[in-house]
Amino acid sequence: MSAVSKATPATTEQAQTTGRPLGLTILTVLTIIGVAAGLYMALGYARTDLEQGDVQRIFYIHMPAFIGAFVALLGTVIGGIMYLRTRNVKWDKLALAGVEVGIALALINLITGMVWARPIWNTWWTWDPRLTSEAIMILTYAAYVMLRQGIENVEQRRRFAAVYGILAFVTVIITLVITRVRPDTIHPVVIGPSVQTDTAQGAFEVAASTGVRMALMVNMPVWALLVPVTLMWYRIRLENLAERVQALKLKALS
Amino acid sequence: MKTPFLKAVFSIVRKDLQIELRSRELVSSMGLFALLSILIFSFALELDRNARREAISGVLWVTIVFASVLGLNRSLAMERDQGNLDAMLLAPIDRVAIFFGKLIGNLVFALVVGLLLLPIMTILYNYNLFQPWLIAVLLLGTFGFSTVGTLLAMMTVQTRARESLLPIVMMPIALPVLLAAVRASTNILTDNPIADWIAWVQILVVVDIIYLVVCFLLFEYVIEE
Amino acid sequence: MTQHSALSTQHSLIETRALVKAFGMLPVLRKLDLSIARGEFVALLGPNGSGKSTLLRLLAGLSKPTAGDILVGGWKLPQEAAPVRAQIGMVSHKVLLYENLNARENLRFFARLYNLPAAKADERITQLLDQVGLARRTHDPVRTFSRGMQQRLSIARALLHNPDILLLDEPYTGLDVDASAVLDNLLRDAHKGGRTIIMSTHELGRAAALASRVVILSRGVVGYDAPTAGLDGLRLSAIYTETTSMASAR
Repeated sequence: MSAVSKATPATTEQAQTTGRPLGLTILTVLTIIGVAAGLYMALGYARTDLEQGDVQRIFYIHMPAFIGAFVALLGTVIGGIMYLRTRNVKWDKLALAGVEVGIALALINLITGMVWARPIWNTWWTWDPRLTSEAIMILTYAAYVMLRQGIENVEQRRRFAAVYGILAFVTVIITLVITRVRPDTIHPVVIGPSVQTDTAQGAFEVAASTGVRMALMVNMPVWALLVPVTLMWYRIRLENLAERVQALKLKALS
Repeated sequence: MKTPFLKAVFSIVRKDLQIELRSRELVSSMGLFALLSILIFSFALELDRNARREAISGVLWVTIVFASVLGLNRSLAMERDQGNLDAMLLAPIDRVAIFFGKLIGNLVFALVVGLLLLPIMTILYNYNLFQPWLIAVLLLGTFGFSTVGTLLAMMTVQTRARESLLPIVMMPIALPVLLAAVRASTNILTDNPIADWIAWVQILVVVDIIYLVVCFLLFEYVIEE
Repeated sequence: MTQHSALSTQHSLIETRALVKAFGMLPVLRKLDLSIARGEFVALLGPNGSGKSTLLRLLAGLSKPTAGDILVGGWKLPQEAAPVRAQIGMVSHKVLLYENLNARENLRFFARLYNLPAAKADERITQLLDQVGLARRTHDPVRTFSRGMQQRLSIARALLHNPDILLLDEPYTGLDVDASAVLDNLLRDAHKGGRTIIMSTHELGRAAALASRVVILSRGVVGYDAPTAGLDGLRLSAIYTETTSMASAR
């Protein structure tokens, strides 16, 4: 990259519109409809699980929310790599939005899991490998936010955040694969082959009934894609507006 | 024009060892911390001769990790405080040579502390920790978190929060290394058959390699301005 | 790239074109154009925050420009920094020394980083330590040195690899009268020896006496640029006040 082609900060801050873009409005409406439809499928359409009762319905949001967090945090990795290569601020905004939305969705995943675990495992929390690794994953991204706050030089902040955002993804991968590596987990694996035999408590068959499958098929794209993408868009937009306020302040002062 | 890569790396290692021999700052503070940590763990967990061997490998690793955090902070703060990082960046050397130079230095200090712990724990807990596989795992594990530690410490010493930030950002990232190392050492100490735990050593090797490559690629971005 | 021999055959050794450096949204250098010929001794003046240190760090390749070009001996920074680095010596306001090593060990470490042959390096180190007046303190750790002695050793470090270009960032800060006089002589010698020197300083009298050219930075651009011939400290201080107050009135 030639240094000349890089725009000066003053010009990159400008090209922004004040109103909400049409695409975002459409996406917002779609997300709201999607979440509502997903809730209907989960709470109304799918039939009650014979063994677990109504509490099993939480699964339709629980797992898709984790996939959503995965998508958002993958956005952070992409944003980080692209920022380091192009030094375009928009990629850093994507990375930051990914982290914040990722934390939110991972918390939804964790809390819904706890609510489910109370009746099924008879405890809110247990030191199961997957629960522990997800808690650590959330803390890693909390550390990401702390790291950002600890750096005053904005350019350095973006650079370090990009580096850390890339490294931190290791904890996401671990959370994802740990049920395959550590067979002593009690967390059920409901999709794909599992090494578990009888350790998992509260497993059920996704393929068992069409109701389960349909409810998952509606909720999955909503929570895994629509929700994170919409939220990240809003977050990026917020960052743009905050930056404009900052730029206007600087202009007024100098 | 450029100074050969290996010469640059070993100049930096040699300099770090020379400073350490002169001041004994790192190894003495790390060693003292490690000793205290072991004693505190023995009290807190009531680790007597009948203690579970799982607990011993956990204590060993937690102690080594925290001692290295201490050492990493010191070792890189030294480069920042008098602007020596700038002096190295001014020299016609490959920037990654700085990473490898600091990494090897940090690894040596962490290993010295780790190897110091083995006889002490052998005596205190009455278990023979001098087993070739355990030493191999010690080497691999220490290498893994010295790698991420060197990269992250280079980053955190440049921030406002400085020393306090390193454990927070390093622990979660070092977790895979720690997990594999603890599992492997526990199995080695309980004399389980090699087939049961060799997978953990393999995971450790793979994670080490991944971290080395990623940190190697990212280091340049941590030192530029 | 390869047709350049070292740093030669250029009528202007250092050149910046529309150089911009911003920290976040805050621009420090705003399209700075500057051209420095081989053998010049440029005193870089300007109030704090005018971009002196930033410019020196950019020329040393320690920092990347936001926009614009830097050419040193025909090489483009920061892309072709490697061959340039071997020809640059820098003294910053931090001393860039290891306080637990002694004077000779410090210089030996840097000699290795600059790939100087060991025997030749030792000879050069002895000569330099003598030149900066530290011959008797060679074996004491740097932490026992006074600020002035550390600064002198720092200059020895910058001269170690015999660089064509010497960049000094406020080298007189914290020096007493004696140490300043030693530094004056060192700089005069370096200049006579044909080195190109760029020094930022707040000492106008020194700038007028030592340098061959004065550049005053104000608000990230060159506010005044002239040879020092016929200038004394008093005249320069009048020009300095005029240049910098004009900029703040704008």
